[in-house]
Amino acid sequence: MNDPAAKAALQPAPAALALPNASIAEIFIEFLIIGATSFGGGVVAYLRSGLVGKRKWVDDKEFVEMLSISQTLPGLNATNMAILVGDKLRGAMGAIAAVVGVCLPGAVLMYIVGMLYHEHGDRPLVTAALKGVAAAAVGLILATAIQLGRKSLSHTYDLIFIALTVIGVNKLHQSVPRVLITVGIIAILWYYPRKQVKEAPSQ
Amino acid sequence: MNQLPALIRVFAYLSLLTVGGGMAAFPELKVLTVEVHHWLTFTQLIHLYSMGQMAPGPNMMMIVSIGEWVAGPMGAVVVLLAFFGPTALLAFLIGRLWKKLEHWPWRDSIQKGLAPVSIGLLLAGCFTMAKGAISGLETATISVATLMILLEYKINPALLVAAGAIIGAFTFVPK
Repeated sequence: MNDPAAKAALQPAPAALALPNASIAEIFIEFLIIGATSFGGGVVAYLRSGLVGKRKWVDDKEFVEMLSISQTLPGLNATNMAILVGDKLRGAMGAIAAVVGVCLPGAVLMYIVGMLYHEHGDRPLVTAALKGVAAAAVGLILATAIQLGRKSLSHTYDLIFIALTVIGVNKLHQSVPRVLITVGIIAILWYYPRKQVKEAPSQ
Repeated sequence: MNQLPALIRVFAYLSLLTVGGGMAAFPELKVLTVEVHHWLTFTQLIHLYSMGQMAPGPNMMMIVSIGEWVAGPMGAVVVLLAFFGPTALLAFLIGRLWKKLEHWPWRDSIQKGLAPVSIGLLLAGCFTMAKGAISGLETATISVATLMILLEYKINPALLVAAGAIIGAFTFVPK
């Protein structure tokens, strides 16, 4: 621990070309703030405004690149992003500081919520309110899926892979890993590396 | 009975299924925590998961509640480590490798192929949850209204989920 947090004089440099000068403490605090304020899902938007906008630790291109890795790997976007950005800034220790920071507020909150729910969850008023919450959450998740689909799908036949996945899990009651591996491999093979044939009509 | 090993096994396994987001693991989360280990009921799982949607940070923090129920504070810590440890390590290692793979042609294939599958898993998780959360015209209306508002307007989803609580409190309290 020879790196003092003293060199905190971060200049608002316009581009983050050189490795930004961020201490472990700064990384932890920035991710803690993001972890505590990102109400309502969209952590990615908060990450972007905090890391690209405010701190300039990564530039936009790098952020998008990291996001695409985060989405492809297992793990939540928020924690994967924390690992990638933390690692870029300060190696393994930076990654740990970032992921702990982004998880801590929500974890403490859900710890308390869980205890309260355990104690009072069967009161009629609570049950009634949570029935409404759960119904709204289903709508929210569906909206997320649609928005994500609009953004990240490139072809109409992607819908076939989506359908195969849903049918596998919900209709055929196959386990998630089985569906993930089977449909995943088919889809990856479908997108096998072609030689620069963009927009080629597919079979 | 010491449940910590079971918690570790279940949540480390679930973490590897979260391709594209936490919801992808929901069907297995239900099977393992409700049907196999009986740590909580399906309704309780749905309640916790839905409340977790309002919490800040990564949206799977409701697993902390499950850990706490099953094995107290230790359970909560163990679940967190089991759920975030393996994928964090994977992101760390692959993240460093990924840059070097920039010219590996399959990299793009993997990304393109997994994109629709991860959305399919998100939907599958959503439908699993809907089976427990939607039980009549009222709940269906709340879901559809939330969906439409979110697609149409830029509004913080946490507010809509909170609104669901208020509507629920007025609608579903037994007379």
